[in-house]
Formats: sequence, C-alpha cells, structure tokens
Amino acid sequence: MGSVGAKEVPQLIGPDGRRIDGRQLDELRPLRIVAGALHRADGSAFVEWGANKVMAAVYGPREVHPRHLQQNNKAIVQCRYNMAAFSVDERKRPGLDRRSQEISKVIAEAFESVIFAEEYPRTSIDIYIEVLQANAGTRCAGLVAASVALADAGIPMVDLLPAVAVGKIGGQIALDLRKEEDNFGEADLPMALVPQSGRLVLLQMEGHMNREELSRSLDLGVVGCRKIYDVMKQALRDRYSVTPAAPAPSVPTEAPA
Amino acid sequence: MPHGHRPGRRGPGREGAPSHGTSDRILVLPGEEIAARGLQPGTGTYRVNGHIYASVLGLVQPRPPFVRVAPLSGRYIPKARDLVIGIVTDVQGTFWLLDIGAPRWAPLHMTGTPWKIDFGETEQYLKVGDAVVVSVEQIENTGRIGVTMIGDGLGKLEGGTLATISPAKIPRVIGKGGSMIQTIQQATRCEVVVGQNGRLWIDGPDEGILRVREALRLVETEGQRRGLTEKVQSLLGISGRPPVGARETERSPGRGSPAGEEHEPRHRPPLGEDAAGGSEMDGDNSEQDGN
Repeated sequence: MGSVGAKEVPQLIGPDGRRIDGRQLDELRPLRIVAGALHRADGSAFVEWGANKVMAAVYGPREVHPRHLQQNNKAIVQCRYNMAAFSVDERKRPGLDRRSQEISKVIAEAFESVIFAEEYPRTSIDIYIEVLQANAGTRCAGLVAASVALADAGIPMVDLLPAVAVGKIGGQIALDLRKEEDNFGEADLPMALVPQSGRLVLLQMEGHMNREELSRSLDLGVVGCRKIYDVMKQALRDRYSVTPAAPAPSVPTEAPA
Repeated sequence: MPHGHRPGRRGPGREGAPSHGTSDRILVLPGEEIAARGLQPGTGTYRVNGHIYASVLGLVQPRPPFVRVAPLSGRYIPKARDLVIGIVTDVQGTFWLLDIGAPRWAPLHMTGTPWKIDFGETEQYLKVGDAVVVSVEQIENTGRIGVTMIGDGLGKLEGGTLATISPAKIPRVIGKGGSMIQTIQQATRCEVVVGQNGRLWIDGPDEGILRVREALRLVETEGQRRGLTEKVQSLLGISGRPPVGARETERSPGRGSPAGEEHEPRHRPPLGEDAAGGSEMDGDNSEQDGN
C-alpha cells in the first residue's frame, strides 16, 4: 500500500519486543464500528480501525442491472471496493484499478460463500466499500464493515465475517499490520473467518513465510478474528438493542498480551 | 406465542445475555445459536449438525413446531393480502412494473385495475413515477409478486406526499387495532394510507403533514421503547385521552381490526386474520403493541 520511499527500513520491533506503535505482537489496533451509519442504504456501517476509516453500504436484494447478469436460481453478490483519492498520502488516481478490482472480487466471493443467495432468485445484493483513509489492512476493514452492513440490511447469511491480516515483521509473526509494518515487513496474510464453522473464506498472501510461520500466522489470525467478531456483534447490538437506546456505539478493543 | 402474553419489557442490558429460549424479545445476530430444544428451523434460521442458528438479525420467536427469527431490518418481504404503496418504474403494453420496496419489482397487469384499457393505452392511466395503492395477491415460487388494484381503498394516489419508514416499524405506526395511526390522523387532520412496505401516503394541511412526519420519526427512533403512545401524544399536543386499546397487554390476533375505518375510509390497516395463514410462521403481528 502506498509507495516505498528511499528511506532505510525502520526497526519494526523494538528491544522491548513492542512494535512501533507500542503494541504487542498479538495485539489489534483499536477498532470502532458503527452499524447503520447511512440513511439511504438498506444497510450500512462505518469502521475505524487504527488509522483506517472505511464506509460500507449494502443495497438489496434488488433488481439486477444489467439484466443478463441475473441468475434464475439465486441472488448475485456484487462488490465494489474503492479507495478515495484522498485516502493515502499521495493522491490516489480515482476509479477502478487492478488492485481494487481484485479486492472487490475476493470480497464478493467471500460473501457469496456465506449469504443464503437462493432465498432471493433473480436479484442482486450490492456491496459498496469506500476507503476514506487507508493505513494497511483496508480489505479486512472493508470486509468487516460490509459484513456489519449486510447484517444491518437484513440479508440472511451463515455468519458475520470478521477479517484481519497477520504478517511477518522483523522476523516475527505479528497481528494486524499497520502501514509501516506492511511496507517494510516480510509478509502479509489477510484472512476472513466464518466463526460458526471455523472456515476461512478469504486467504491471500504477499511475501514469504515458511510452513511453520504460516501455520502460526493462521492460528494468530483466527484468534484476532474472534476478537473482531465480538466488536462487530456489539455494534449491531448497540443499534438494535430493544432496551436502552444509549447512543454510544463505540467499543475499543483492548487485546491483552 | 407459546410463552403467553408478554410480561412487559425486561430490565436494561439483558438483551445480550445468552439466555436463549427462556423469554421473548431475544435479539440474535447471524451465526448465533438459538437454543430451541425440539423445535424445527423456521424462517430466518438454519440448521447444522442438529444445532439451529440465526441467519438474520432479529428477534427469536418460538412458534412450535418451528422457531423463527423475525427480522428487525431489511427490505420489505411481500406477503399475500398486504396493502402496499408502489411507484411505477416501467410501463409496458399490458402492464406496469411497480417498485414496492421488495427485492423484485411487482408487475401490475391491466386486468388488475378497475379500468378498461386497450393494449398500448397503459401509459394514459399510469406513468413512471405515479404512486398507487395495491394489494399483494400472491407470491409465485419464481419470486414474482402479483399485485392488484381492484379492491377497497386501492387505486392511484393523487396529491398528497409520500413518507418512508422501515417496514419492520409499520406495526408500531398502526398501533394496536389501529390506535396509533388513528391518533395521528385525528391530531393532524391528515389522511394517511399506511403501506405494509414501509411507505405512507399523507394528505392534508401542510402543517399537519409536517407533524405526521415528526410523529413517524419518533416512531422510527423510539419504536422499540415503552411509552411510545404517550410520546407521540405529547408531540402532537394531545393530553390525557388514552387511545383505544393502548393499555391492553394481550396481543390482538388480526393486526388489522380496522378501528380507523369510519374516520378514514382510505386507511385500511392490512386485512387481518393471519391466524388463517396457518403453517407459515409469518408472525407479522409480533411487534403489535401500542406501548
């Protein structure tokens, strides 16, 4: 994400074993989720995750446009992941590029595997993810936002879809990389988990890891996903809870070592 | 409901408690297990290895032999005999396509209107953008939604204005036996048609329309809390006079006992008798209480 300058590689893990932002290796960045942040969409969510800010809106099930994409036996799931021009330090050229197309595709496919699409034949479920501010891990933040938005839209699905990236920095496996760690680290491994079944429905890797590191990364990622899952559920409960309408949809995660 | 009449709202902070199956008003999220011993998975749920999970965000409703989850959000899911407000989105030779806020557009055939129309004359009667009150006839298993404009209170809407609210909140807008909507109509001197799809048509003095919208906003934001009727009354400047049936605890079976009808022939709280709906656990009257 972003361009690597000619700077020298910073020290990603200090002598005390902490990362540049003071986190432990298995610690998440603070995560805040607001469900139902938009009025016009059928479902929506806003996610602040570290320095990431992501908005997701879901429309549907609704009529398919263009018509020929329509499927007679199920709903189609379409996703558009987009980064705002101002989301990164150097202006991002607006519009679809190869990276955002790929991310849109893998996110759509992740959701296809959990949405009960057969319940709404000949319709489309449209997911829009707008990255307003990026700091590594935006596809995971987008997935989390979209997942809460889908639940907010009343779409039937197997489960919410928490997601997180694990990476290798300074020779160590670390949870939830931030920008500097992503840029100068050795590997990045985003994943999305179905907590109900324990299945992974998104798994990508950039960089290098050996088998043992991969295995440890997966374990660490699953643990991270479960923490994120709790925050997602709390965001939805805050919005739909029958009793107190306390307008405090903020739940920071503290991940003790 | 198998648990008898509702014992009133529970204390704060209990919704998240995993005490499934013991009381009503349990909020579940997709993927959460529902403890429902001996019950079959109904709508809004799925079963894996003998365990039942929620597939949508909503409230658990045991309806033996099924347990279902009544969604709290989402698009309008059409049901036969629902009265809905549609907007014409397309005109064809023999039919119109209506946006009723459902997953699909609903075709209104010219034979389903009170007019005698020749082929190709459809546009002389309804144009794109026109609003109509129609009744859902049937949902075919292809998902096609059949609607008709023949019937009491159905037809094209002239004048007035439209408002939108979540379909899940419509029972609150109507109130028990139509008490809420009746209160609103009387206090604002407006005529209101309530569509089960979350659309409302309001006609009357401008100032009254604004007050209806305010009342709707209140129902939308406070709809799940107690004392809603009182809040709406004080918003509309009515005091004391308790509306019909507001204090009842027993749920009225057919949500649409048309209490408002003598006053407003247009307002038809959807034809009741879901009891006759039999096997389908549509339980739409679940949120039906005026508190």
